[in-house]
Amino acid sequence: MAKFILGRILQAIPTLLVIATLTFFMTRMAPGGPFDGEKPIPEEIKERIEAHYGLNEPLHEQFLLYLSNLLQGDLGPSFKYIGWEVSELIAQAFPVSAQLGLCSLAIALTLGLPAGIVAALRKNSPWDYVPMSIAMIGICLPTFVLGPALILLFSSKLGWFSPMGWYSISDIVLPSLTLGLFYAAYIARLTRAGMLETLNQDYIRTARAKGAPPSQVVTKHALRGGLLPVVTFLGPAFAGLISGSFIIESIFFIPGLGRFFVTAAFNRDYTMVLGTVLFYATLIILLNLLVDVIQAALDPKARTQ
Amino acid sequence: MSDETIDDIRGNSAQPVEVSSLWRDAWLRMGKNKAAMASLVLFILMFILCFVTAWFCKDPNAVSLTNKFATPSVGHWMGTDALGRDLFARILYGGQISILVGLIATTVSVCIGVTYGAVSGFAGGRVDATMMRVVDVLLSIPFLVVVIVLQAVFSEWSSDTSAWIVKNWKWDKTFTDRFTNIVPLFFALGLFGWLTLARIVRAQVMSLKVREFVEAATALGYNKFRVLFRHIIPNTLGPIVVYATLTVPSFIMYEATLSYLGLGVEAPNSSWGILIKEGANFMETHPELLILPGLFFSLTLFSLNFLGDGLRDALDPKASKD
Repeated sequence: MAKFILGRILQAIPTLLVIATLTFFMTRMAPGGPFDGEKPIPEEIKERIEAHYGLNEPLHEQFLLYLSNLLQGDLGPSFKYIGWEVSELIAQAFPVSAQLGLCSLAIALTLGLPAGIVAALRKNSPWDYVPMSIAMIGICLPTFVLGPALILLFSSKLGWFSPMGWYSISDIVLPSLTLGLFYAAYIARLTRAGMLETLNQDYIRTARAKGAPPSQVVTKHALRGGLLPVVTFLGPAFAGLISGSFIIESIFFIPGLGRFFVTAAFNRDYTMVLGTVLFYATLIILLNLLVDVIQAALDPKARTQ
Repeated sequence: MSDETIDDIRGNSAQPVEVSSLWRDAWLRMGKNKAAMASLVLFILMFILCFVTAWFCKDPNAVSLTNKFATPSVGHWMGTDALGRDLFARILYGGQISILVGLIATTVSVCIGVTYGAVSGFAGGRVDATMMRVVDVLLSIPFLVVVIVLQAVFSEWSSDTSAWIVKNWKWDKTFTDRFTNIVPLFFALGLFGWLTLARIVRAQVMSLKVREFVEAATALGYNKFRVLFRHIIPNTLGPIVVYATLTVPSFIMYEATLSYLGLGVEAPNSSWGILIKEGANFMETHPELLILPGLFFSLTLFSLNFLGDGLRDALDPKASKD
């Protein structure tokens, strides 16, 4: 197992290098630069600023410089937030996004898993149809419709929560609900499908035939296999929770990493874009690794491969 | 059920019959699935509404500041928005963009994904390993992140292209703008949307290429290209169709997400994402501006998702759980 994990981590290095290269040249291909504002600044001053950040060097030299800095763990200064290092900005914004993402994930799992399990156990009954229909609606309702709708209901009409901002602890409720409900719908559908497939397996029949109590058959035997598709989905889901938060953060005015990233892409803040992309990619690679490890723990077949 | 089994057995002895009977069986099975059929009808209606009816509607960009936030009337079926533009026309024209993005980006990604996955699975060995490594790298890049970067890169090129078409081909400027505006989206979505499909097709091809009919085709002296594209790929169509149907709504969702962030379709053109964004600004006073486009959007996604589920059940009766 240790060898497997180490191997995957070593594989991640070339992957990240490719991502850094692609993003570097893609952002540079985009027209405009970080210092082309709406009010044009004098040519001389602009040249000075660009020289300060090394933007007047040939592109390949800039790239090599960036890479050598990157290998030393230096993501460079932000071009738009003067005086801030990219790593400082990420360190400040990411905890906000992470809080939001984890809360949403918790909501998604607590709603989605039981709904899916019940639907699978009571197949073709109202216990199946009602949650699954709601889940289908949840998948088709984009977060940017659900978010404003929740604001309309809970803050404008009922006045329970503030409509936007990130000041008190209750501010996390509406955004994480918006984000979590969508994933709850997905997880419910996956759980149902996975459970149904497992419940048809021979070993479940054996367990039942040997007289195991129904509750134990579900919790001890079926859940283990039935949850596999959900675990596989959690890797991409977490990526989705992070990138989904672009929208959520702009609806609810939350100072998370998603908003910083979108603003950076608009402003051609090269270092900020690159730093965030690399950060996200590392996160996703690590999460996928974690998913694989959990999967190996749940599924003996995956362990031998 | 027993009829179908007999059909299948008969079909297996005669190759051409089997191909048509798989699809006929699927169609029959689908016909019994009321939710899927209703979804099909709903999507076709939506398509007609957006692509045929829209041409008889009012100009969706005609501003009328004296007629802001009008309530529904004979002239404006769904009232008007903050600039006095007819909401019904804007929703239909927005639907054109959203549905087009979904369909074209799916076509692009299906073409790339099927070819890539099939070649990779068929070649095997080192070629396969290298090709799949590329997919792994691309998969670990956050999708939306790349789309945002690509979109920023391509969006300025599209206005140049638009200007070129207007100058050289003498097309109407608003008409051209409406469509060149979304070309970057096709690229951005199509370039990264094919990865999962490539994996699915590869797995299918790998299990098909060791089957007897492939051996027979090779023994008959057909070249590899013909064996792959004429004999193997047609057998993978089932999962491809299902996956493609479920991709369309997800691309429509991406388009709306990007437009909502201001990275997709540009004002004054409309798409469902733009309309929902504009509507959200006035939701406290005029919630219908948010609800109506949201309804059209969700209904389309709803029908496509149900259709995909129905197709999956119809094409792969083993996978359907009930």
